[in-house]
Amino acid sequence: MDLQILLLLGQDGLTNGAIYALLALALVLVFAVTRVIFLPQGEFVAYGALTLAALQAGKLPGTVWLAVGLGVAVVLIDGGLALKSGNLKRLPRIILGNLGLPLVLLGLISGLEAEALSALALPLQILLTLGIVVPLGPLLYRLVFQPIASATPLVLLIVAVALHMTLIGLGLVFFGAEGFRTQPFSDGAVEIGPLLVQHQTLWILFASVALIALLYVLFERTIYGKALRATALNRTGARLMGISTTMAGKLSMGLAAFIGALSGVLVSPMTTLYYDSGFLIGLKGFVGAIIGGLASYPVAALGAVLVGLLESYSSFYASAFKEVIVFTLIIPVLLWRSLTSHHVEEEEE
Amino acid sequence: MMPKTFAPAHAILAVFLLFLAGGPLWLPEFHITLLNYIGLYGLVALGLVLLTGVGGLTSFGQAAFVGLGAYTTAYLTTAHGLSPWLTLVIGLGLTLVFALFLGFITLRLSGHFLPLGTIAWGISLYFLFGNLEWLGGHTGMTGIPAVAIFGLELKDGRSFFYLIWLVLLGAMLTTRNLLDSREGRAIRALKGGSVMAEAMGVNTARSKILIFTVAALYACVSGWLYAHLQRFVNPTPFSINQGVEFLFMAVIGGVGHVWGAVVGAGLITVLKQWLQDFLPELLGQSGNFEVIVFGLMMIFVLHRARNGLWPAIARFVPAPPQERHAVTTAEPLPRRQLPAAGTVLLQAEGVTKRFGGLVANKDMALTVKAGEVMALIGPNGAGKSTMFNCISGVNPPTDGHISFLGQPVAGLEARQVARLGMSRTFQHVRLLSSMTVLENVAIGAHLRGQKNYLAAGLRLERQEEARLLAEAARQIERVGLAEHMFDAAGSLALGKQRIVEIARALAADPCLLLLDEPAAGLRYLEKQALAELLGRLRSEGMGILLVEHDMDFVMGLADRVVVMEFGEKLAEGLPEEIQKNPAVLEAYLGGVE
Repeated sequence: MDLQILLLLGQDGLTNGAIYALLALALVLVFAVTRVIFLPQGEFVAYGALTLAALQAGKLPGTVWLAVGLGVAVVLIDGGLALKSGNLKRLPRIILGNLGLPLVLLGLISGLEAEALSALALPLQILLTLGIVVPLGPLLYRLVFQPIASATPLVLLIVAVALHMTLIGLGLVFFGAEGFRTQPFSDGAVEIGPLLVQHQTLWILFASVALIALLYVLFERTIYGKALRATALNRTGARLMGISTTMAGKLSMGLAAFIGALSGVLVSPMTTLYYDSGFLIGLKGFVGAIIGGLASYPVAALGAVLVGLLESYSSFYASAFKEVIVFTLIIPVLLWRSLTSHHVEEEEE
Repeated sequence: MMPKTFAPAHAILAVFLLFLAGGPLWLPEFHITLLNYIGLYGLVALGLVLLTGVGGLTSFGQAAFVGLGAYTTAYLTTAHGLSPWLTLVIGLGLTLVFALFLGFITLRLSGHFLPLGTIAWGISLYFLFGNLEWLGGHTGMTGIPAVAIFGLELKDGRSFFYLIWLVLLGAMLTTRNLLDSREGRAIRALKGGSVMAEAMGVNTARSKILIFTVAALYACVSGWLYAHLQRFVNPTPFSINQGVEFLFMAVIGGVGHVWGAVVGAGLITVLKQWLQDFLPELLGQSGNFEVIVFGLMMIFVLHRARNGLWPAIARFVPAPPQERHAVTTAEPLPRRQLPAAGTVLLQAEGVTKRFGGLVANKDMALTVKAGEVMALIGPNGAGKSTMFNCISGVNPPTDGHISFLGQPVAGLEARQVARLGMSRTFQHVRLLSSMTVLENVAIGAHLRGQKNYLAAGLRLERQEEARLLAEAARQIERVGLAEHMFDAAGSLALGKQRIVEIARALAADPCLLLLDEPAAGLRYLEKQALAELLGRLRSEGMGILLVEHDMDFVMGLADRVVVMEFGEKLAEGLPEEIQKNPAVLEAYLGGVE
């Protein structure tokens, strides 16, 4: 291997690692706030990428229907509860909050001709994509996790896996079995030393760093970010201080959906994504998160970058075994954690 | 054990067994195939019942263990011509090694690391099967020989049917036996949190690794059967998705009961068959859409009926009357030699416990002698329960020296301290609410039995089991709860649950008893009965360390009293001295201005 290949693989690994790092952050966030090990995180990646691809092909993506359907379900449940308690004033908020955006987007996209849709400026297409996929996070939290918010982590994990399977199946219904790529944000490449770096690579690195900075500001400087941190530290205490754990759950999953969809949008010009590609991508974010013990954001992010690099270099040496190598990485990590933790951790039923 | 009465449940079981026995004689080929798969999947789901429903753990990688069993026999029988029976043993050995390793690295960590570890394991093994040339890659391996029993070759599904279902029914029986035993109670105690189980002497890490290994071995046998039924293997049936499907079977069928595995496997297998025809037609494209239905079903079950289908089915069948065997007739267990009255049992010096910056105990000292009641009192938050946890090894002290029977106990695990003859109750009751009082108390006697899980699975420990239950029953009678012996522990009033905790502690045959607020929630007469019991234990030579808030109770019973405030010792002496001590009065009642 010469320097050229070494650098090229490093660039590849770093790009993928940046995406895994974003996903790892989302996973740590959701786990800390809701205790859900959010395996469906990867589906947001696939949904984001494939929704954008559908828009660029001038088609109405099925995810819009999913958002509308989930919105209707939430409105029926929450609206029913509001009616039962005679709290009619809350109805407009429930309807607008859960169904407003999906319906507007449905109207907007189906109102456009196929050619007009595919000719839309890329930033607008991305905005539409995020507008479709991000609401799925809070809506799914409301329907799937909120009713069992106090269940054990084990039950929550099994539900998360069930949701993952459902979303994969729906992805196949929406997008079919073939894979898609989207147009790059900008064509071309820049020469950095001996390397030719694609613009899209720079976009990914830039977006990841910007997003991480944004998350930092959110958690350190805003009241909602602080509410999330408080919920993560102590749910009961946060609730006593007037923080709604439901709000925190919806917010964290909304963020997870945003991070997932954006990751999908970012990688889809570089890799062909299929309806089920999200799972492995999300899991690699997971390996990073596990390296961080599902608790530390910086270690999780670093772990994810390490996963990206390892994947990239192993794809050069033993490409058939790259998944095996990446997923076996967690064994030494777990071994080390197991040997350094002394007391049996308590878990209540 | 033969049922003494013939209940409808037994009749239904008999009909089911007859149906299985006669099935291959008249059922069409397609139904035989379905039933074969239900049996194979049921065996894997059975392992998950043990792991998830009983032990509170889970695995998404069971399909990989199935694959391990299938590929081991496929490779060794085709490439090296080994006998399938030999490859079964080799497969089980390999599974054992992998399961023990995975268990060892994940089960000491908190609960979610095992499922995550199994996902990684499942994916790795799947890609390994698909990419190793000598395992046939993605196309797989053909020409796996048929299994022969006593020269009879099981060449078709019809004859293989009997082998599959005999193995499954055998595994179900063994699993049920295991759960209804000393080891089984230790496994069922896992769901109540490890602190109580460890304090009763259960090695919870070992119990967890045990059920994970058993579940993996069941999966491996299923894989071996699969390979010799199909006579062909490829990686697809061993993917992570199949691993998740096994979990769906167990959860939807009813993860708390061995029959739930069979019901779940049956339902999912039949439903999948139907959905795979119906859904693609409905949606106008081909693909595995049944996962949508399964996923939604699973979410619904976990929202609304966490115990799955089996309890709903079982409700229609009157349960056979609960066996209330005459538990007290068995030969008593050997007892510990109690130290002579006055011997120092427990000596704590300079015990300090810090939680970060908070000092919960500072330089605490106390002794307990055989045949005395030592009371530890103090206002709320004085650090009494922390001191208890330091002494019993639940949460070892940061600093200081604690010795029990002259032996230092610092650094020992709670279960090792328990083995030395110290037994405790908890301030916040830690009983397994769905288990009977008898079973709960029998957990206390865990360390007094030796027979392992193999003996339990094969029912070779019935004599010891009877003695353990008899001991538990004796302790329940001793504390005056005989009429509640077969009630679910959770149905008792809180005060009585505390008494059950005392019976459980006594079942360990301790020489030092640690009681954390035993009288809280008791009525006057119950308190008198408790005081009488503790007085009797004292006169038998037991040492008792008591934390209690009821001053009448303490002052009437205790031989000596230690008062704590803000983590430190405020006073020590006879009850009369303590009642007059000005510092104690100030701490309890506030100073006189």
